[in-house]
Amino acid sequence: MSAMLSLQGVSKRFRGLVAVDGVSFDVADGELFAIIGPNGAGKTTLFNMIAGAIAPDAGSISFAGEAIGGLPPDAICRRGIGRTFQIVRPFPALSVEDNVVVGALLHSLDVGKAREHARDLLRRLDLFDQRGRIAATLTLPDRKRLEVARALATQPKLLLLDEVMAGLRPTESDRMVAILQTLNRDSGLSIVLIEHVMRAVMALASNVLVLDHGIAIAQGKPEVIVRDPAVVRSYLGAEPVERI
Amino acid sequence: MPIDVYLNVTVAGILTGLVYGLMALGLSVIFGVVRVVNFAHGEMMSIAMYLTVLLFSSLNLDPLVMLVPIAAVLFVFGYALQAGLINPFINRPEHSQFLLLVALALIIVNGLLILFGPDARTVQTGYAFDSFEVGALIVDATKLYAGAAAIVVAALLFAFFRFAPLGKAIRACADNYTGALVVGLDVKRLYALTFGIGAACVGAAGAMMTLIVDVTPMIGPAYTLLAFVIVITGGLGSMAGALLGGLLIGVTEAVAGLLFTPSAKSMFAFAILVLVLLFRPQGILGRRSI
Amino acid sequence: MPGKSSAAATPGHLPGRLARLALAVFGDVPVRAVILLAALFTLLLIAPWLVNDYLLTVLIVVLYFAFTGQAWNIMMGFAGQLSLGHAIYAGLGGYIAAVLFARFGVAPWIGFLAVIPVAAACGATIGFLAFRFRVAGVYFAILTIAFAEFARIGFDHLDFVNASAGLFLPVAQYAHNDLWHLRGNPTMFYYVILTAAALVFVLCRALLKSRIGYCWLAIREDEQAARAVGIDSFRYKMAAVMISAVITSFAGVFYAFFYNNLFPEQVFNISRSIEMILGPIIGGIGTLFGPILGAFVLTGLAEALNTSLIGLGFDLPGAKHVFYGVCLLLVVVALPDGVWPWLARLIGVAERSQ
Repeated sequence: MSAMLSLQGVSKRFRGLVAVDGVSFDVADGELFAIIGPNGAGKTTLFNMIAGAIAPDAGSISFAGEAIGGLPPDAICRRGIGRTFQIVRPFPALSVEDNVVVGALLHSLDVGKAREHARDLLRRLDLFDQRGRIAATLTLPDRKRLEVARALATQPKLLLLDEVMAGLRPTESDRMVAILQTLNRDSGLSIVLIEHVMRAVMALASNVLVLDHGIAIAQGKPEVIVRDPAVVRSYLGAEPVERI
Repeated sequence: MPIDVYLNVTVAGILTGLVYGLMALGLSVIFGVVRVVNFAHGEMMSIAMYLTVLLFSSLNLDPLVMLVPIAAVLFVFGYALQAGLINPFINRPEHSQFLLLVALALIIVNGLLILFGPDARTVQTGYAFDSFEVGALIVDATKLYAGAAAIVVAALLFAFFRFAPLGKAIRACADNYTGALVVGLDVKRLYALTFGIGAACVGAAGAMMTLIVDVTPMIGPAYTLLAFVIVITGGLGSMAGALLGGLLIGVTEAVAGLLFTPSAKSMFAFAILVLVLLFRPQGILGRRSI
Repeated sequence: MPGKSSAAATPGHLPGRLARLALAVFGDVPVRAVILLAALFTLLLIAPWLVNDYLLTVLIVVLYFAFTGQAWNIMMGFAGQLSLGHAIYAGLGGYIAAVLFARFGVAPWIGFLAVIPVAAACGATIGFLAFRFRVAGVYFAILTIAFAEFARIGFDHLDFVNASAGLFLPVAQYAHNDLWHLRGNPTMFYYVILTAAALVFVLCRALLKSRIGYCWLAIREDEQAARAVGIDSFRYKMAAVMISAVITSFAGVFYAFFYNNLFPEQVFNISRSIEMILGPIIGGIGTLFGPILGAFVLTGLAEALNTSLIGLGFDLPGAKHVFYGVCLLLVVVALPDGVWPWLARLIGVAERSQ
């Protein structure tokens, strides 16, 4: 079966700095795929290229068989890729519910139906009780869940999560992992996540890509790559990480 | 039209453009360092111009002589403005600060209207009608002196920012606000100083400008817009750009006034502004990141 | 199905549809707010019987600024684009309708039909240039100023509209009010502008509650995040500019026919643009009632100031604008969200999306 998302030789440089250098990988339909690596490895740049925030200098990105490299962010979202941001960006003055309604309006022509869809998502993400609160007043974990809800409201086939566990306590992080697993299981949503929290990576991912200085240094199953000497050297450190 | 008419007009444009450039320099300094879009810039200049007119009519002192005290008065005004009104609102959204200055501009223009009335005031110096002849070139004495004064002040300003420790500290703030804080610079005080310096430039330019044009309350807004055109064209944050922009606009205005109706000359300035905003928003000499 | 469609076409269904529409638009407004609004509107309806001619003229000015303020608020308060050159739309509207009437006897309402595409095109041009070339924030504001100035100087030299000498509408003594040609006594103009301001209020409310309103708010809050959820921000910003432009242009038509003279120097002047933004800023950008409150407060107080100054023997041209400047300053410094949000919280009718 052809891949849902396919990157071939994607590169990006900023003036003198090569942020991403010839990265290739495939994400299968319904797969949970993780990208890990030290800070500055180019992970968010990669996401930004997939999501359309910046255009790749070289290589190709295709989604569901269609080339999407260089398309603007809203076009990419319409084709079925949703994303969250490394530093959360809810719409601060809008309520929690309205935040998600905005996302739901992509596929619902009618505000009423969008609102129903939004409420449904808020229930699934444990935010229903806070739906009237202004987004700026939310705690960080809640804002992260809100951003996931908003992205989900656009009914993506592929969700890009950029360090969604960062800043969360282990219990909150486990909660998020459970939500993501349920989504993947129930609706076949493909997820690509950038993560530093190895606990979540081991729990979620079936396939892991390791980036260092813009280059893919390893790719494979989580149990395999955590023992990969190159990965240990550049990122993980000496202690092998056990699967939870 | 014979070539020497063009030449004369161009030279006049250059000299006026130097004064424009000095005015715009003030705006560039303010924006480049403090990041405040001073919408009351032209209005501050009109304050300086009215001050010059008043002092001239009561004390009969030449505007160029009064340059320094007037610049000093404007310095104090600018310092107080930044320290009192703008510094407390550094973290507000951009349009908040902008509107603050719009309000100030409104108050200044109409305050001047109340104080001085709508009629034009002029400064007639002894050499008001003198001119120098260099070959086919005829240069107005007023414009020549004003232009020369502008060069001197601009040079002083460049030297200050290049060599004086205070000037370097201010440049540090502009380059890296957090870094400057970390190194221990009193950024708010430096901001106030910078605004004062920018205002002083405008004050000096205002004194010089009274030699060239008549003063009415409504020239304030006109000069604000002109200053923005110049600074955006020349490059926001670039001092050389401000001068270059001033020269460019001065010459364009002069030549356009010759070729078309004089009153339509500012249309060209605006056309240039639109083109620059669209195609090269950082201006001619500006740095890429706006 | 034939039977079904004929049933839907019967007149009896229209009240039902209107009622549903009204409910959708005003459904979740707190009762207190509805009562206050109704009271205000009733007062305004009967105002001509309550006030003298001078106050009626003041009310016309108030409602004029309430109208233009709401139009400007669509662009700034809803879509987040700061325009300081809105006078260009009013100017275009006024001049086009006035020329059509003065030279060809075309009624202003028909004239407005001709104004709409021009205003929309003007807004679209400014919007396109700005948004395609990423001119934003303060630079966008300066761009709008440049366009308005360009129009001012251009019209000042356009002989077709009498250039700087001004365009004058024929004013004859009319025995009765001619609504079609907008010739008549101030009371007629009062009801025209009152209706217009009320209609824009309803329109703004409807827009805010609709899909386009949500997209605008999202763009205002965070354009990149809005694009990440599929909103084509360019299209929605263009829509905001064009809608705002067309509505403002009607104000120009009204202005032309009420004052009966147009001078480029005044009509396109940056002062007009600034006057248009004072109401919404002081009242509260992004709110529905803010521009209206701002217009009342600002114009009301300014006129009171003027009258008392004249009463004291001072004739100070410019005092009113100094007052405007001071109000703007105070609001920016002390009440950045405007007077209305503060007042609304006080009386318990806070608007939802602020």
